[in-house]
Amino acid sequence: MARAVTPRRKLAFTVLAWAVGLTLFFPVLWTILTSFKTEGEAIATPPAFLFFDWTLENYVEVQERSNYLRHAMNSVIISVGSTLLGLLVAIPAAWSMAFSPTRRTKDILMWMLSTKMLPAVGVLMPIYLMCQWMGMLDSLISLVAILMLMNLPIIVWMLYTYFKEIPGDILEAARMDGASLSKEIIYVLTPMAVPGIASTMLLNIILAWNEAFWTLNLTASKAAPLTAFIASYSSPEGLFWAKLSAASTLAIAPILVMGWFSQKQLVRGLTFGAVK
Amino acid sequence: MSPAVLMLLAWMIVPLGMTLYFSFLRYNLLMPGMEEFTGFGNYEFFLTDPAFLEALANTLLLVGGVLLGTVVGGTFLAILLDQPFWGRGIVRLLVIAPFFVMPTVSALVWKNMLMHPVNGLFAWITRGFGAEPVDWLADLPLFSITVIVAWGWLPFATLIILTALQSLDSEQKEAAEMDGAGPVSIFWYITLPHLARALTVVTLIETIFLLSVFAEIYVTTGGGPGTASTNLPFLIYIQALLQYDAGTASAGGVVAIILANIVAIFLIRMIGKNLET
Repeated sequence: MARAVTPRRKLAFTVLAWAVGLTLFFPVLWTILTSFKTEGEAIATPPAFLFFDWTLENYVEVQERSNYLRHAMNSVIISVGSTLLGLLVAIPAAWSMAFSPTRRTKDILMWMLSTKMLPAVGVLMPIYLMCQWMGMLDSLISLVAILMLMNLPIIVWMLYTYFKEIPGDILEAARMDGASLSKEIIYVLTPMAVPGIASTMLLNIILAWNEAFWTLNLTASKAAPLTAFIASYSSPEGLFWAKLSAASTLAIAPILVMGWFSQKQLVRGLTFGAVK
Repeated sequence: MSPAVLMLLAWMIVPLGMTLYFSFLRYNLLMPGMEEFTGFGNYEFFLTDPAFLEALANTLLLVGGVLLGTVVGGTFLAILLDQPFWGRGIVRLLVIAPFFVMPTVSALVWKNMLMHPVNGLFAWITRGFGAEPVDWLADLPLFSITVIVAWGWLPFATLIILTALQSLDSEQKEAAEMDGAGPVSIFWYITLPHLARALTVVTLIETIFLLSVFAEIYVTTGGGPGTASTNLPFLIYIQALLQYDAGTASAGGVVAIILANIVAIFLIRMIGKNLET
């Protein structure tokens, strides 16, 4: 039997929870609001919360002055490219580990996990030099490859835990009904695997989009994604807060929406299935 | 051997081998062709540099501070979100939003619009109370960075603890309540033991990521003032790409790897145990 909740208790928790939620969300909200102000209003004291002249000029200027769209496109190429490439490599691996495990499967999985523990800075020098030798500094190709390898363990792990949940009985039933191996894969396994693959993809696009070690260290301007582009606003010469806010709002909006849709998978993916 | 395994193996062994090799060379990128074997010279130089001890201390303070804030804060936040109230779905979305904000954005937004000593929102609030505004990133650089990073990781801790909380059998709590247990003893004797596993996972995973905090320092303080907010990754970055000292940077890289591995061993054991069940 569920406990009875008194309305007063519920009201108190409502107020408290909304206060905490809005406080934590405030920096994001403030960024969005500031992006619609003029530069003067953005640094004004006392700050204007809602009553200012709303303007879209920052969005226009961010694009015109610094070619925002090119950096956004770089972010898309790097995050989507590295994720798709990673899936391509990881799906067969996870598939065979889930459906025909050998004695060594567990060791391989654990070892893959351990590669994720390698701090990026530990290999900064060799990776940087290798890119330099190959003329691949500030190149999208090297970033796609590096981020793909960096997130490969997470992709394999997530897929593995999803594939593991596909019941073996259902395969047997299909076989009893006379399904061939190819039919089994196309009509039975694939539809059941798609949700897992989709959530893996979503989480990895988010992780790659926000990655800010390799993107900062290996790009200059041509291949710079949004993380690096926004970092360029850190120069002390000017306080372009409204433009910074407009660029930031555009940079986080798509990922925020994707993230909100993938909350559940997030827990699972980031804990390597340890918490479901 | 699948391609995935082979690729990861190469990704792991080649750069690691190179780091190890460089760490024993006197190797400056500005003086090509002058490389020579120097034994443990780079390690000696890196480990005896006074900046190293400070960076190590900063790294541990940063990791510890963020962990304390997110694990304690996340536990309370998860318990709060688990209560019945109106608009749970929306509040949940508001709470997890910071996790999806890219580090360079969150750091710059906090640095400028919130923590700026003249035009920042905090300065305005402080003056509202009649006090002198604090120049957060200049006077309390490490603390400020800890706050910024903790803001980003609090949703992660909250979400995982909340997931674990929701798997708690409510009958157990009701039985305890009927036996006259108060909310505090229910939390201490039932909820907390149930959360132990999730809390351990949060702590270990966050530690792995927090040992590598970089972007937040890069765009806010640049490691300063002096070395007051330089952590180990940032110190290695300075050696590598600002001083062009590949040898010392590689020795530092090896030190960072060893440090991360100490944590990793515990994490891998925990997850490995889970794999058997």
